[in-house]
Amino acid sequence: MVTPMTIGLMIFYLWPVAQTFFYSFTKSGPFGGHTWIGTANYRALLDEPSVGQAVANTLLYTIIQLAGIPLAVLLAALLNQRGLRGRSVYRTLYFLPVVTMPVAVAMLWRWMYNGDYGLVNQLLSVIGVQGAHWASDPSVALYALAAIGIWMALGYNMVIFLAGLQGIPATYYEAAAIDGAGPARTFFRITVPLLSPSIFFATVLTVINSLQMFDLAYMMMSTPGSAAGTANPALPRVRTISYLFYQKAFVEHDLGFGAAVAFVLLAFILVMTILQFRLQRRWVHYA
Amino acid sequence: MRTKPGMKRRGTRLWSSSVVVGLLLSATACGGGAADDGKVELSYRIWDKNQMPAMQRIIEKFQATHPKVHITIQLTANQEYWTKLQADATGGSAPDVFWMNGPHAQLYAANGMLLPLSDSITSGRVKPANYPEALTRIYSYQGTQYGIPKDFDTVGLWYNKKLFDAAKLAYPDDTWTWQNVADAARKLTDPSKGEYGILAPPFNQENYYDTIFQAGGQVISPDGKSSGYDQPATLSGLRFWTDLMKAGVSPSLKSMTDTYPTQLFESGKIGMYYGGSWNAIEFAKNDVTKNDVDVTVLPKGAKRAVVIHGLANVVYAKTKHPKEATQFAEFLGSKDAADIQAQTGAVIPAFTGTQEAWITSMPQFHLRAFTDQLAYAVPFPGSKNTDAWQSKEAAIFGPAWSGTKDITAAAQEMATAMNAALREEQ
Repeated sequence: MVTPMTIGLMIFYLWPVAQTFFYSFTKSGPFGGHTWIGTANYRALLDEPSVGQAVANTLLYTIIQLAGIPLAVLLAALLNQRGLRGRSVYRTLYFLPVVTMPVAVAMLWRWMYNGDYGLVNQLLSVIGVQGAHWASDPSVALYALAAIGIWMALGYNMVIFLAGLQGIPATYYEAAAIDGAGPARTFFRITVPLLSPSIFFATVLTVINSLQMFDLAYMMMSTPGSAAGTANPALPRVRTISYLFYQKAFVEHDLGFGAAVAFVLLAFILVMTILQFRLQRRWVHYA
Repeated sequence: MRTKPGMKRRGTRLWSSSVVVGLLLSATACGGGAADDGKVELSYRIWDKNQMPAMQRIIEKFQATHPKVHITIQLTANQEYWTKLQADATGGSAPDVFWMNGPHAQLYAANGMLLPLSDSITSGRVKPANYPEALTRIYSYQGTQYGIPKDFDTVGLWYNKKLFDAAKLAYPDDTWTWQNVADAARKLTDPSKGEYGILAPPFNQENYYDTIFQAGGQVISPDGKSSGYDQPATLSGLRFWTDLMKAGVSPSLKSMTDTYPTQLFESGKIGMYYGGSWNAIEFAKNDVTKNDVDVTVLPKGAKRAVVIHGLANVVYAKTKHPKEATQFAEFLGSKDAADIQAQTGAVIPAFTGTQEAWITSMPQFHLRAFTDQLAYAVPFPGSKNTDAWQSKEAAIFGPAWSGTKDITAAAQEMATAMNAALREEQ
């Protein structure tokens, strides 16, 4: 029963990966046909300033996304309190953004982030703060985008942590209570270490997802009448590696260069994931 | 994913059966082309849902005289139209007839994806004189015609009469020059009321392409090999807009990114807007703009000019039925088809003489301004891979519009980037 799946994996995943790797050494015509140009795409990649900026943007976005994990742990711990009423209601509410289409989410937030008429700035003006043009100001747009990303992933991570929390035996907490540990001490000494396998899992997934960030950014940058959101002044500071790949391959029709960008992204994800698996020995406790 | 030794045989059998199923599926997929009773199946791909009823009526009319031909419309969303079409053309399965636009015309023509329509013209079935000359030129590549114009759009100066009245200013008319625009914009601006004289977004067709041509500059050289962005005249066409931005008579670039300029104009707080003929139908429906705005020809720079763009119907080079597909494309370019399109009001049909229905469809606007400008219309600039450089314009000019970069430096940077992209095309 494993074989069909392996075949599927080979045809639909591994073979395209191999093809992409090949294409990254070629220059392809807009309608197929390609010539071998060696490592020229990779060398051009090093010369192109937008590549470095895209890598920096993606890394910054990923780091901010990781801040969402402690938040999810905290929320899960709060929801896991004994005797909490309406737990499933909260769980559903927090999970809702996860199952909503990113495109719809981005469109909604674009409205809320509107610098002149948006809800966010309306609320800020109540407390006397003049808000920014969140979706088009180069200095804040990436943070505004990351906030949506955290909001969207919160529910998913929270559900994982809730499941993890329910696997922690109540006897530990009882023993801690008898020994006189307060809520904070219990949280850091019992909950967090015993939850660490779940935290590790969520971290790995968050990093992989964040490095591949595309749809939210694309939708938030896009304006009618401009190809791939290039008219948005914030684009250079928001463009992620995947976004750059899309722009090069499908807007500028440079498939070879796009393939090279895709491979840089793959290498990045590989390195990050290996690194995380190395580091986990130091902090993950498998009970 | 380890395979037990005993599983190998079953795996092989599954593998081969899935291949057989796959072959069967692909065989049925390809079988649709020619039925045995001599019927010809054609596909026609478009992206605008609003025009679908008109296209359907044109098809019915064509089928009435060509009973053996059956045409199916393929509606593809605008955002994915070009990605999908390119993939289909690469795979050899593009639709028989489809819509083409200016930026992609040379890409498809130069790569042999379009069927030359020379026979239609030499036989006299299609007369280029029936369409605006600048529009026909967009779909001609190296002397060969590849598309028959379907519709067109030009740009006009939309203005808010209420704001002009309040400021006691005369309405713009065909005597206006760039200087009049700058003066009026200054007088109409009142930041305390959130009112601005003009919208000056970095849009090419509606804004700086027009002024570049009015200044006597060019975007791309006539031979399509080099950029015009390093020419002084081109620069002055760009500077017209950055000066307006600098003068503070337009909302900021950030505001125009957050809220689309058309919507800002519809808020009734903007004096002037370089907008397209395509905006008319929307302005006629909006509560603010339906009575308060009107339109006139673009103000004059060193000379008169306006960018014209429009779609054409083209035939796929690898169609199985070149004869019938060409006949259908010819019919789509006919007066009959243009009349059907004109009645919908969605677009201006390209066939000369059929535009009257569109002009009179919204009598509250002086829509004749859009067709009056045909006399000096300039084709929307393009090259073999237009997207490669055009997609860079907004990113390079953006900082000049926000005031963080000088427009001279930005234009030079754009010329360098564009020349590099054009070299790649050769």
